[in-house]
Amino acid sequence: MNGIHDALAPAGPQALALFHLWNAMLVVCTVVFALTMAALAIALWRAPRATERASADLDAQPRKEAALRRSVVWGIAGSSVLLLVLLFASFYADRALSALPLADAVHIDLVGHRFWWEAHYEPHDPEQTFATANELHVPVGRPVLIRLRADDVIHSFWVPSLSGKKDLIPGRESTIAVRADRVGTYRGQCAEFCGYQHAQMALVVVAETPERYERWRSLQREPAHAPSDAQQARGRELVEQTSCAMCHAIVGTRAGGRRAPDLTHVAGRGWLGAGAVANTPKLRAEWIANAQKFKPGVDMPPIDVAADDLAAISAYLGSLE
Amino acid sequence: MESVGALPSRPRPRKRARTRSAAAAHRPMVRDGDGPGSRAAEELERTWQEKPGLVGWLSINNHKTLGLRFVVTAFFFAGLAGVMGGLMRHQLATANSHLLGPDFYNQLFSMHGTTMMFLFAVPVMQGFALYIVPLMIGTRNTAFPRMSACAYWLYLFGGLLLFGAFATNTGPDAGWFEYVPLAGPQYGIGKRADFWNMLVTYSEAMGLMVAVDITTTILKLRAPGMSLRQMPLFVWASLVTSVMIIFAMPLVMLGANLVQFDRMLGTHFFNPAEGGDALLWQHLFWFFGHPEVYFIFIPALGFVSAIIPTFARRPMFGHDAIVLSLVTTGFLSFGLWVHHMFATNLPELGKSFFTAMSFMIAIPTALQIFCWIATIAGGRLVMRTPFLFVLGFFFVLMIGGLTGIMLGSVPLDLQVHDTYFVVAHLHYVLIGGAVFPLFAALYYWFPKVTGKQLGETLGKWHFWLFFIGVNLTFFPLHILGLEGMPRRIYTYGAETGWEPLSMVSAVGQVINDVSTLIFAINLIRTVFFKKERASADPWGAGTLEWSVASPPPRCNFFALPVVSSREPLWAPPAEVTHVQGLSAQIREGLTTTVIDALPDTRYAYPEPEIWPFVAALSVTIWLVWSVWSVPGFVWGLIPPALAFLLWYWPNKKEAKEELRWEREP
Repeated sequence: MNGIHDALAPAGPQALALFHLWNAMLVVCTVVFALTMAALAIALWRAPRATERASADLDAQPRKEAALRRSVVWGIAGSSVLLLVLLFASFYADRALSALPLADAVHIDLVGHRFWWEAHYEPHDPEQTFATANELHVPVGRPVLIRLRADDVIHSFWVPSLSGKKDLIPGRESTIAVRADRVGTYRGQCAEFCGYQHAQMALVVVAETPERYERWRSLQREPAHAPSDAQQARGRELVEQTSCAMCHAIVGTRAGGRRAPDLTHVAGRGWLGAGAVANTPKLRAEWIANAQKFKPGVDMPPIDVAADDLAAISAYLGSLE
Repeated sequence: MESVGALPSRPRPRKRARTRSAAAAHRPMVRDGDGPGSRAAEELERTWQEKPGLVGWLSINNHKTLGLRFVVTAFFFAGLAGVMGGLMRHQLATANSHLLGPDFYNQLFSMHGTTMMFLFAVPVMQGFALYIVPLMIGTRNTAFPRMSACAYWLYLFGGLLLFGAFATNTGPDAGWFEYVPLAGPQYGIGKRADFWNMLVTYSEAMGLMVAVDITTTILKLRAPGMSLRQMPLFVWASLVTSVMIIFAMPLVMLGANLVQFDRMLGTHFFNPAEGGDALLWQHLFWFFGHPEVYFIFIPALGFVSAIIPTFARRPMFGHDAIVLSLVTTGFLSFGLWVHHMFATNLPELGKSFFTAMSFMIAIPTALQIFCWIATIAGGRLVMRTPFLFVLGFFFVLMIGGLTGIMLGSVPLDLQVHDTYFVVAHLHYVLIGGAVFPLFAALYYWFPKVTGKQLGETLGKWHFWLFFIGVNLTFFPLHILGLEGMPRRIYTYGAETGWEPLSMVSAVGQVINDVSTLIFAINLIRTVFFKKERASADPWGAGTLEWSVASPPPRCNFFALPVVSSREPLWAPPAEVTHVQGLSAQIREGLTTTVIDALPDTRYAYPEPEIWPFVAALSVTIWLVWSVWSVPGFVWGLIPPALAFLLWYWPNKKEAKEELRWEREP
């Protein structure tokens, strides 16, 4: 559930191209560093020692100076050639990033909020669209075209195992295309400082087989499950009647707020509060009672409900697979 | 010894020759040219004395005092910012740490960056230039010392203002880059961003004023014979930096003011909902912000180029190549700013140009590194603490420079941008490229400034601990960045796996603290307890600052030197050694031509005055007032207007005296 969060563990073609570029850069730079340090070490080792009182050598020995000049010229020529090689490697990787075929892409609208991610799948098709938050599911092997928008300040989308960053800038729209080639859970985190809780704005991408993805997708498009026992029914009633519904939406109920993550299928997500707490029954109840304890500054206020009501809300939300 | 005779007084309007000492006006004229102990030297000492009392102390405009004030104040602020850095590493040493809350942490890193960039790095380099450049080029003061004095007070008040704001929980909290809209009217709460905008306006005004002073000093007040080709490399570095500052600083002043207008007056420069653009700020900021790195780095290259020849006992290999590299670096540094914005949706082809530029700027730096290594290879080495710090500079800077090439590549930058990889890179560049040379420079010029040499043993301990500490603190951050750790997060969960390396980094920070403590002990021991006095030229160096006593007399030179080589002390001029015949009773000097440094006109340095202090104070009142009230932005302009009017008010008596000195050469 933790997810892989590592630029050196690529799971898609773009991250792989970047990984190759990184390796090339690392090798070339290490060699350059080692050669330069070796030259310095040899110079230090071979040069004679003197004291402050020694008179300075003003008359250069022509042969020695010529040898030094040759070394410097070769050094600069070598560095320039290596830089040129790296430059072309960089351009090549850049092309690889934008060469992802986009046929049959999954379309997602991703909106950055302080401090969570709002996602709308297939936004152009009213038959297919549904909303979720902080956790994306994508089919392995199919490109995903994500349209990025920011609701308030600048955020940055970054899932290192899939691809590099793209900023979400207010007033501007950008897109990023990614593809996961391996099944797995990949973690990402907002990478542009966005204020108070920038530290807790994680995004999880679950890459799964096309069959599992289709199952997940058809489940997401359904309205929320009906309560299956009295406690859950009580929980649903409370959600609809108390402050929960002011901000959160649960499709199929009267809760229709749009200021906060959609909870229609919240039980299927691994984390709450954009990576703030794991979605376990105990932590979920604590989160609902006082989210500020885990994520100070989050918009969700502490709510004042009796213990059994809290248990009912938590049980109901826990049933929303 | 021969000397240039009394210079023909050219019938040219002289600058303000201010002398309020009526006695000087009626005594028979004494001309300079004789060495220490002579009548002329005594008279010069008297002429360059500071006025007594607090007013005198506030009025001082001698470049040495100003330079020292800049350096000491900058180190004071750096100490505070260093403590903030230590707190942050302590907070991040463990996962889910609750030592500091998000609000305080955000203020901490914003203050750390702002202080280190605006209140430490730029002023400390300018302070060194103010102190060393006039001595190195053989003049008695800078060209516009009152402007630099005003700049110092602006800087001090600006810094105190910022720390005062921080102490009252109003410190900036949107980073040292203050991206809008986070710092804009809608999301930047309270007065925090306002104080940042004010501080930036301050420090940029300071930087500009000092840069203008240094540029003019270098171009017009060099010793006769010090043509541009004979000019020491440190002076070249200062010149390049100052010209860059003049071009880059106005951009960020403009930007900060536009943000302030958005916040204060409700303009919409950066508000996309009203037709503004959030990305515009990034262009304005980084067009200044990238050259800013080079304002810090290029003077440091100058330090290295000043120190290596002394400790290799030979002139610099490839002097001309180094000069060209400095100038090229200065130009290229203006073409890199977009590499801070690769993750935005700018056109991809355009970004590739910036990749090419970012790679290209590595070439002049590589050339300098090779020339330095060649100098070392062709010299005889004196292993002293300043030289050790230069060697440390090679190691640390090389790592920072190579990761810089990685960051310059668009695709790779997309992975590591805004992660701890960048934190590692920038600390390697700034500590390796600036702090190591800065310590080298401190150890090197300390005897010149104080007359006492810092302890060698403690100096070596300081170096080795600092070297180990810096690498231990910052190397692991590269790996953390690749493992996905973003910058500017106040905490992280244990599931991320970032804890062990963060702990290593925190341990490195403790080693840095110990090394800084050793440095402080060395300073205190040397300044307060050491009896042994340093000679005029304790390192056997070749440039002009070492020709005068340590510490130098207030007027620097009893006779202005004449120069005919790059290292005048190693190869003294054969014929003419110094200028003779300037007045010893007013603060008189000599201007020379820009390129060849041929004697041009006599020049009277400004006398010390209280007005620079008053002007800086009145500007402070204006800026603080304008933070709290919009009308204050208008009415607050009255005090500075008055102060500057009075400062420049013509004085008939002085004008008459000027005329007298003009007619009577």
